[in-house]
Amino acid sequence: MRLIAERCKGCVNCIKHCPTEAIRIRGGKARITESRCIDCGECIRRCPNHAKTAVTDCLEHIKQYPFNVALPAPSLYGQFNSDVTIEKILESLLQVGFDTVFEVALGADIVSRAIAEYLKRPDIKRPAISSACPAVVRLVQVQFPELIDHLIPIDAPVEVSTRIARDEAVKRTGLAPENIGVWFITPCPAKMTTVKQPLGSETSNISGAIGISEIYGDLLRAFPDCNGGQKLRRASPAGIGWALSGGEVSAVQAAKALVVNEIESVNGVLEQVALGKLKEVEYIECLSCAGGCIGGPLTVESRFVAQYRMQQRVDGKMNPDAIGNLSVNVDYAAVLGGDERRVIEPRPVMRLDEDISRALYKVEVMEDTLKRLPGLDCGSCGSPNCKALAEDIAQGTACETDCLFKLREKVRDLAREMVEVADRLPPPLVKQSGDES
Amino acid sequence: MKADAGLSLEFTLHGADFELAGAASSKIKRILQQVGVKSDVIRRIAISSYEAEMNVIIHAYHGEMRVSIYPNRTEITIEDEGPGIPDIKLAMQEGYSTASDHIRELGFGAGMGLPNIARCCDAFEITSEVGKGTRIYMMILH
Ligand code: SF4
Ligand code: SF4
Repeated sequence: MRLIAERCKGCVNCIKHCPTEAIRIRGGKARITESRCIDCGECIRRCPNHAKTAVTDCLEHIKQYPFNVALPAPSLYGQFNSDVTIEKILESLLQVGFDTVFEVALGADIVSRAIAEYLKRPDIKRPAISSACPAVVRLVQVQFPELIDHLIPIDAPVEVSTRIARDEAVKRTGLAPENIGVWFITPCPAKMTTVKQPLGSETSNISGAIGISEIYGDLLRAFPDCNGGQKLRRASPAGIGWALSGGEVSAVQAAKALVVNEIESVNGVLEQVALGKLKEVEYIECLSCAGGCIGGPLTVESRFVAQYRMQQRVDGKMNPDAIGNLSVNVDYAAVLGGDERRVIEPRPVMRLDEDISRALYKVEVMEDTLKRLPGLDCGSCGSPNCKALAEDIAQGTACETDCLFKLREKVRDLAREMVEVADRLPPPLVKQSGDES
Repeated sequence: MKADAGLSLEFTLHGADFELAGAASSKIKRILQQVGVKSDVIRRIAISSYEAEMNVIIHAYHGEMRVSIYPNRTEITIEDEGPGIPDIKLAMQEGYSTASDHIRELGFGAGMGLPNIARCCDAFEITSEVGKGTRIYMMILH
């Protein structure tokens, strides 16, 4: 997540919606505490001045590799009118410079099967929580570390697709694996960060990620030259459906599944799980974006429009004959990343101090301060709400007069004091009227 | 705060106030996270404080919840004014509940509350007087 400083007006819109309270306004500009950021992209969406961006790769970058594979996220298909067939979209990727394409939806097909198997196991923690959305996984690490064991230990479709795509490219070209660029066409920065700091597996196999909004124009321009005539392998509608909230559940065909999207609501549901409720639920699909990945912060279309189009494609109304030939011969264990996977660690970033006694002291300062603050949660102090300001004060990164109301109180008290002091001037200094003459 | 004084918090609970149900437990959980207590311990504290809080809201008229957080343990005392529990032994049995159908439909009062709390705590005491109220003490080591 990056800030374009010139654009930021310090308007506090972003800090108000950050689910982990990772943003503060300091010196009139928004600042993100990286360790708390879960890359949900909420701040990108909420900034009226477009001052927040995600660092993604661009088409230029693929030139560093002799052979490049594009991995389009299924949400890409929802960005274009329904008369643009998926074949055409895939071809346009070739047109703009990729040597081959591999649908992430195909990875989703494989992952769906693996999850269905996993859910049959009697020994797993229920409800099992989907780990496909990296922002949700990070939210669990930061806010619900006690639920880490509930996360499904199967890599996300994009990782799985990358492994297969790279293998296939190696076989096809004879190049060494590291000479093959595998690029994810992504709806969100969360997946971008996964590339830089991978979650489950030791190292990510993806070479880079290009935001959908970054490549959108190039694809549009390429369409006239694509006739959809190339015979490209295609994922099933179920795999494609992963782009929609609820798509994962229907692909996995999980019974007793709960679907929740939008980070605030995800937070609420996970809170219920943490309280030991929802034990009878088998599977929870959590997606950080409203509507699912089609609502990703790096998408272009309105999510409602995208949702309609995706639904059309999933229902098979488009290209009825291009359906579901999952013709990949794969070693499941290897592509699903069972061996490479690293345990997902808790990230206790909410704690105020390494030392428990000192942390307790700080909480006490916080609670005391909070009682004195006006409780308006206006954000003018640069912290998202009074509680967060109290926390910042306890941490020594803010002071009570950062609060406008507190400042005004103080100014008023000072003014009163000044008047009092002025009245108390020693008599010889008080000019008597008539002294002048 | 003195060395072993701990941090104390107080909450007032109102019977039948379902809008605020769980608010106290959520706050306790957040503070424990800020203090840096281990997540599995937080989970046990959160579950037991939530169950106890809900018990007051479902069954009693009024209650006070006092929480003391020390570096090595958390203690919670809840005292309520309510109908009390005639047979504590029975109430401690899993599945036993006096909750009305209406409450059960809401997903509460499945009779798992007290046994659940007892399971989560390192020390647990309950006393009750019919017609007056109930007092629960729980302690969880960090
Ligand atoms: S929303 Fe945040 S980043 Fe955007 S202008 Fe306002 S303060 Fe700056
Ligand atoms: S819901 Fe999809 S687009 Fe949104 S953050 Fe999660 S993975 Fe990214």
